[in-house]
Order: sequence, then structure tokens, then C-alpha cells
Amino acid sequence: MSHQRQGRGEEAGGGARGRSRSGSPGTGDNSGRRPSRKPALKAESVTGRCGGPAGQKGAKGSPRPDSPQRKQVEHRRHREELGKPKRSTAQRTREGRKKKKDGKASLKEQRASPKKEKEVPKKEMWKQLKKHRSPSLASSASARESLSEEELARILEQVEEKKKLITHMRNKPWPMAKKLTELREAQEFVEKYEGALGKGKGKRLYAYRMLMTKKWIKFKRDFDNFKNQCIPWEMKIKDIESHFGSSVASYFIFLRWMYGVNLVLFGLIFGLVIIPEVLMGMPYGSIPRKTVPRAEEERAMDFSVLWDFEGYIKYSALFYGYYNDQRTIGWLRYRLPMAYFMVGVSVFGYSLMIVIRSMASNTQGSTSEGESDNFTFSFKMFTSWDYLIGNSETADNKYVSITTSFKESIVDEQESNKEENIHLTRFLRVLANFLIICCLCGSGYLIYFVVKRSQEFSKMQNVSWYERNEVEIVMSLLGMFCPPLFETIAALENYHPRIGLKWQLGRIFALFLGNLYTFLLALMDDVHLKLSNEEKIKNITHWTLFNYYNSSGWNESVPRPPLHPADVPRGSCWETAVGIEFVRLTVSDMLVTYITILVGDFLRACFVRFMNYCWCWDLEAGFPSYAEFDISGNVLGLIFNQGMIWMGSFYAPGLVGINVLRLLTSMYFQCWAVMSSNVPHERVFKASRSNNFYMGLLLLVLFLSLLPVAYTIMSLPPSFDCGPFSGKNRMYDVIQETVENDFPTFLGKIFAFIANPGLIIPAILLMFLAIYYLNSVSKTLSRANAQLRKKIQALREVEKSHKSVKGRAAARDSEDTAKGSSKNATKAETMPHSASQSQTLGKKAQGPGTSRSASGTMLPASSHLPISRPPGIRPDPGHAGPQTHPGRAASRKSAQRPPH
Amino acid sequence: MGNKQTVFTHEQLEEYQVGVMSGALTGLFYRYQDLAPQLVPLDYTSCPDVKVPYELIGTMPELKDNPFRLRIAQVFSEDGDGHMTLNNFLDMFSVMSEMAPRDLKAYYAFKIYGVCRAGDFNNDDYICMWDLEQTVTKLTRGELSAEEVSLVCEKVLDEADGDHDGRLSLEDFQNMILRAPDFLR
Repeated sequence: MSHQRQGRGEEAGGGARGRSRSGSPGTGDNSGRRPSRKPALKAESVTGRCGGPAGQKGAKGSPRPDSPQRKQVEHRRHREELGKPKRSTAQRTREGRKKKKDGKASLKEQRASPKKEKEVPKKEMWKQLKKHRSPSLASSASARESLSEEELARILEQVEEKKKLITHMRNKPWPMAKKLTELREAQEFVEKYEGALGKGKGKRLYAYRMLMTKKWIKFKRDFDNFKNQCIPWEMKIKDIESHFGSSVASYFIFLRWMYGVNLVLFGLIFGLVIIPEVLMGMPYGSIPRKTVPRAEEERAMDFSVLWDFEGYIKYSALFYGYYNDQRTIGWLRYRLPMAYFMVGVSVFGYSLMIVIRSMASNTQGSTSEGESDNFTFSFKMFTSWDYLIGNSETADNKYVSITTSFKESIVDEQESNKEENIHLTRFLRVLANFLIICCLCGSGYLIYFVVKRSQEFSKMQNVSWYERNEVEIVMSLLGMFCPPLFETIAALENYHPRIGLKWQLGRIFALFLGNLYTFLLALMDDVHLKLSNEEKIKNITHWTLFNYYNSSGWNESVPRPPLHPADVPRGSCWETAVGIEFVRLTVSDMLVTYITILVGDFLRACFVRFMNYCWCWDLEAGFPSYAEFDISGNVLGLIFNQGMIWMGSFYAPGLVGINVLRLLTSMYFQCWAVMSSNVPHERVFKASRSNNFYMGLLLLVLFLSLLPVAYTIMSLPPSFDCGPFSGKNRMYDVIQETVENDFPTFLGKIFAFIANPGLIIPAILLMFLAIYYLNSVSKTLSRANAQLRKKIQALREVEKSHKSVKGRAAARDSEDTAKGSSKNATKAETMPHSASQSQTLGKKAQGPGTSRSASGTMLPASSHLPISRPPGIRPDPGHAGPQTHPGRAASRKSAQRPPH
Repeated sequence: MGNKQTVFTHEQLEEYQVGVMSGALTGLFYRYQDLAPQLVPLDYTSCPDVKVPYELIGTMPELKDNPFRLRIAQVFSEDGDGHMTLNNFLDMFSVMSEMAPRDLKAYYAFKIYGVCRAGDFNNDDYICMWDLEQTVTKLTRGELSAEEVSLVCEKVLDEADGDHDGRLSLEDFQNMILRAPDFLR
């Protein structure tokens, strides 16, 4: 019981195609009937062209005397509808001329050739038929010997035709009553004559096929629904999109994408590093690096300490320092240090790959939808309503979203039509860029200056609180005041908001780079300081242990218990310190974001909403108003946060877990905040279809964050007493070690050979060449593409102007002939319809009709003598449509192109 | 279950099944009957002439939130007033079903969006400026300003009107809508 109403039910087109392929119900014995199939199809298309109902009624009038009236009426009518394949040649040529006049020469040729072919082998066909279906046919044929062979063949054709009509009945735009009468006639006819020609037994197969197509379509739809339901937060995002436009939604889509990427990274790190360590590694407290030192033990569980990620958290599997340098752990002999290193590399590898891949797929998506640009507004108007909506709330959302999308397109349209003083705009844009570069340079210098000063302060003693925190304060002040300043300056430029957003993003990005720079600088200083202390601590540790074991005053006979791990002095483990720094930054960033949203958006919205009743001016329209969603700030926050994750995840494997939680909460929190306390932008604009700009920024940040990590891995020695690489000279030595110890020697040799610079440099060169080649190829292709698109556009224009000229001519024509044709029309209504009459009528009607159909040269299929159709009968201009089979559709398409 | 057999005669069933999707007929009939139980008899063997008024048709869950419900009912009803016989009702469902081909849907979509008649003797329909404005207002529930509406309509005409006669003919409409990515997918 599928009584769902479906304006745009999925893939009904596919069903129709399948149907037309499966053909008539009588295809059970194909071999015999195949010759008759072609004409049947052809006949249908012709029927469609000349307006079925008119022809039908007209034909009924003149029965032949030599056979039962009804049958013959049917006959004749059908012969006429069949595109008159059996008329005398003279008639045919005349018809051909008429058609040519209509400008359907190409179509006619196509149709005419099979016709002639058909005519000749008619007799042969009949013989064939006899041969193939002799058992059933022979008897019936003998029973009806009164009919000549030709007659029989004709009947056969008509039966086929009728069957086709029955099966395609559902596809015709007739009202049900007409369908019923037509059907009754057709069925009677088939019943009458099928006996003579054998039963159609393909019916059941056909029904089965129909059932299967139906099931398949239903299944596909359900599957699509299921897939949609599997996309997380799809409804939420759609909801936001409907209220705030696609630009705001693009942030949330980006956030969701980021969440997906982080989930993969999380799985990688947890599955391959943290869980093996927790399950198979040495337990907490067994060795010094896994124990809280004695001095910190008392306060290690305090919340204030834990909040700073010190104490027990610092000595846990979340950080680099906890891992042991044992080559293999557990009964699986899992090579943890190796895994740690490889996971660190593959985090970057995967991120790079996924970013670049999604960028590529976005570009592909944006280039492939060239055609729909031609009909933006039309599609919006006619196809945006979802006829499946049966819920008033959904309907409300749909209304809002349609309005929003209209507004977006209107903004685009206005923007493209805007005419203004180009020199002034240029001047203003240059000025704005100049101002912003000044701002950026100024803030860059300020940062540099402050960092320098802070380095001096760090050497001095008793510095004040301000002097200690000067860098942070300056940075946050810059971050607070520069973006609005940029926005104000950007107002000069008068860009389309979408492009404006990109500029804004780029500028704030440049500003934030300064932030990153100071942060990394401070961190590097710290690392170098710790590294320089390392030697000293190493000696101290040695000495302590040495003294402990060799000290006197202990019973020599009993071996001394090993020193408690908490008492062993240890180095400062710069890797863990770096990791902690990143984790702290991430968490504080998250909190700041949430508090900003809560105070800046939610409280402000509450204040505006409720204080508006008792305030001296209109708060909602006036000064504080509601907040708009800050797309650029949020996107950049997300991107830089991800940079922190990439940088920090090597030294704090748990960071990705924290980030996953953060993204998850911020998804829900921001969705709520947007819907509850923000208002849509003043000019709702459409996000570019591919958010490649975000991706580009992300790629840049990824690259930037790759640099420091690669630097520390390649050129700094790991700490001597913590982490999986302790005791090695460099972290990447772990690969060499594995290759030497675990792989057969020839593999080691191969690795050594591959690592030879003599091989690497040519390989890199080759890659560059390949990149250059592919790049040039893609450029050529895209140029060709653009040219083709231009050509299509030009063709469209020509077509339009062509049509308009003809249309005007036609309008004049029809004015002239209006009276005559109206007379004709009344005649058609009142007069008894006879075959000859209808023919003349048809000709007369061609007068005004041709002018119109000439105006519609492009679509001969639907030139349906619109004027002469007797009223009262349902016009079915779409008649030709449903019956088009693939070949015809193609020909129609080719006919659409004007000859020039 | 004897009830079912008395609704339609066997022949009626067979016939309808070609017109409507096989199997869905009885379901549709009961839906139709449910709309106006006091109007529609349970016995359809004698083909009674019954119409369900638009007020009831419009309350169907499939239609009640549709901005074009009045137009839909008008297009499918016999005399354009929105009151439907069973045949019209079945028509509507067979066109709206997912099995209906694109061209058929395009044709009826054209009917739904276009109200204008070009002339009194000419049965050809067009979608004219007024129709477009109506459509936009219905779609956006009057949220757009007058200029915006007229801008949108002009753009639509500009895009889809092949012969520049200031209105959309069926040709133009089909030409446009059959390319739509969202139409029938």
C-alpha cells in the first residue's frame, strides 16, 4: 500500500525506463514478434505528435462496409495513428512533404527508413511468424482463413499496439475516466483478436518485472533514507542552514568533518599506542618514569594540580614520558616504541591525505555542476518544495529555508548586477589593503618587541605580574581588537559577503600566525633550557643510584632492595612538558570559547530579550541587539585548535581524545547557542559550494604544525629517562633499530640503498616533473572546459534570440489568422467528425499551428496543433513526453541545437 | 473480508489496476472513503457519482502542509473546483506516486504552477508573471518584499523563457524542469 504522495519520488524515471525496455506484454515469444515491435513504438510516438484524441474521434465516422463495423473502426483508426505505414506511396510522400514543412526533416528521415524496410518484408514476416509459432497459430489461422495474410499481420500489429497502450496507460496524462474508456476499448480489441494470434504469455513475467522494479525502487529509497540517517547531526545542520543560511551551516559541516578526522586519529592513537601500553606495558609504579616523584606525591591528587595536568595525570599514558623504552612489550611482543613513532608519522600522513583528498573532491564537485547555473531561480521556484513533507514543523522549516535560499540568490544576483564607480572601488580596496597591512605589520612588530622584552624579563629577578604576563596580555588584546578593526576596514572594500569573508579569514589568519609564532618561540626556549640541564641531572641520577647501592651501613649478605622508583631523581622530560603545554592550551581555549558564547551570545540575548520591556530605547533594533554568528572567528578557532592537536599529539597521545570530546560538546553547544541566541546575518549569503578555502587554511596550518614536530624529532635528542625513545641519540633511530634487528639482512640493505641520497634526489626530481606535467595537463583541460562552457552559453543565447524572433513573427501571424482559426475551432467542436473532415481540419489548423510549431522548431515532439484541438477533450501536450524512448529523446536533444 | 469484494466488481478492479498501481487500489479507495465516510458508499459496483469536497481533500496528511494543495486539487478535479471523484483521486495518486515517469510529473507540475489561460478558445496553458509571483509568495509565505519577488520572477522568466514572450509555455517548462537535479530524484 504505497499511497504516499510523491511529487518527486525517487527514481521513478528509472522505473519508467525499465518499463519501456521490457516492452510489450507479449514479448514472451520474441522471435516471432520482434519485427512488429519497431513500428509499434514508432506508432506511439506519432500518436503523441498528432494529438491522439482528435484523430480518434475523427476516424470513427467512416466504417468499412466489408467487415464488422467496430473492428474496422478500430483498424482504421489504428492505421492512421500508426503513422500511416500502409498508405499508398503518393500519400506517404505528401505527408513527408508536410512534415518537412514543419521543419522536422531530420526526424522524418529517421522514421521513414524503418517504415520502408517494414513495407517490403511484410510477407516474409508473416511467413516467419507462421514458422515460429506454428502450433498455436496454425490452428487459429486456419480458423480464420477468411482473413488475408496481410490483414492478419496488421491485426497482429494492432494487438501489439493495444497492449502497449494498456501497459503505458498509467504514464499518460489523461484523467482516469478517459483512461478507463480507452482501456476498455483496448482490452476488448485485444481479447477479440488475440485468440487469432495466440495468447500473450509474457504477462506474468512482465508483472513480475514490474514488481521487482517497484521493490527495487522502494529499497533504494529506504536505503538512501537510512544512509541519510546515518550522517550524524544532519538534521541539526539542516535546521541551522534553514534559519541562518548555508554560510553558517558551512562552519558546522566543517566542524563535523573535523570531528570525523579526529575520530580516525583518535582510533589510530588509542588503538595502537595507548591501549597496548595500558594492557601490556609495565604497570604504574614499577619504574621511575611511571611513578609520581616523592616531592610531588602529597599534592598529586589535588584538583588544582590535576587541573594543571600535573600530578597523576602527568605520569599517565596520556603523555609521552610514561612510555617505556623496552623494545617489545607483553606476550604479543608488541614493538611499542616503533608503533609510537609510526603512529606519530601516520597521524600527519593521514591528515595530509584526507585534507588534500577532500579538497580535490570538492573541486570536482564544483566543476561538474555547470549546467544548473543556468536555471538557478527556476529550479528554486519549481523544485524546492519537497512534496514528501507531511509534518507542519518540517513544513515551517522548509518555508524558512526556501526563503533563505531565495535571499541568498538575490544577494548574488544583486551583487553581479551592481554597477558602480570602478575607480572608486579600486581605490578604496587598495586603501583598505594598505591599512590592513599596516595593522598587521604593526601588530607583528608589537609581538616581536614584546617577546624580546619578555626574554629580558625572564633573566631578571622579581618581575611584576604584568611583566611576566605581558606577552599573553598583548596577544589577547590584539586578538580581541584586530578582527573588528579589520571588519570595519573591510566595509570600505564593498565586496560580496562571501568574498569578504575569505579576505577576513585570510587577514585574521595572518594575525593569528603571530600568536603561533610567540607560542612556539617560548616553547622552544623552554625546551632548550631543559635540554641543557639534562646532562647535570643525568649525572645526579647516576650518582644517587651509585651511592645508594654502594653506601655502607647495610648488611652485606642480604642484597639491597632496589631503590623505590619514587625516590629516583629524574630529568625534566621536555617532551612531556611540551605535551602538557598543548593540552593546557587546548582546554583553556575550549573554556574561553564556551564562556564567550555563554556571556557574549546567550546572556546578551537574554538581556536584550527581557530588558527590552523596561529600557529607554529599543534594545533589539538598537545598540546591543542580538549577536550574529561569527563565522570567521569560529572557523579560525577550529583550524588553529586543530593545529595545536597536530603539534601536540606526538608528545601527548591523549590530546586527541580530549579534542574529540571538545568537538563533540562544541557541536551540541554551538548548535544550541546558534539556534537560541543568534540572529541571521543581515545579508544571508550562500557559502561557496566547496569549502575549499577552509581546507586550504587547514592545509597551511597542518604544514606549519608539521614543521616544529619534524624539527624536534629530527634534530633534538630525546630525554634520557622518559619516553619510548629514551637512550637513543635521535627519535628516528627506532626505525633503524627495527630494520636491523627484526628484518632479514637483505631488507636492511635495501632500506639502506633506498635511503641513499643518490636515489632520493632523483626520485624527488621525478616527482617534481610529474607534478609539473599533471599540472599543465589539468590546466589545459580546464581551459578547454571553460571554452566549451562559453560555447554552450553562446549557443543558448543564440537559441533564445532565434526563438524570440520567430516568436514575434508567430505572434503577428497568429493575430492575422486568429479569426480563421477560431472559426475552425468552432467547426471542430460542432461538426460530426469524419475521417476526411478531421484531415482537412488538421490542415487548416496547421495554418496558425505551423507558425507556432515553427516557433518551437526545437521541440517538434510537442508541437501538437494546440489551436485546433476541440475543447472538451483534455489537451495532452505532454503526450509525446511519456512515450519517448531513449533514441527519440536523443534525437530530440540533437534537434534542439539550431543548425548554425 | 467479504467487504472488499463488494466495493468493486472484478472487472472494475482489473481495469483500475492498469490505471493505478496494482495492489494499491483498495488501499487508496479506503483512504478516499475515510475522507468522507458519510458521502462515499462502500459499494462502488454501480459507479456512483460522488465527489469529495476540497475542504476534506485538503486535510489529508500528504496535502495539508503543502502550499500548493489548492492548486493540486483543482488540477486533478474534473471541473477545476477542487472537488474530487474517486477517479480524480486515483489520478492524483498515480501521478504523484514514485512510479510515475518524469514527463508525466513535469506535465502535471506545469498544470499546478500555471493558472493563466492564454485565450478563451485556446486551451493551452501558460505560466505567466502572475503565476510566478503567486508561486513565490506561497513558497516563502510572503516573507520576501515586493521588489524581491518581482526580481525573482524576472530572473525565472529570463532563465527559462525560451521564446521571450513573457510567459512559460509547457515546452519551456519541460525544457527547464527535466534538467533540474532535484526534480524527481
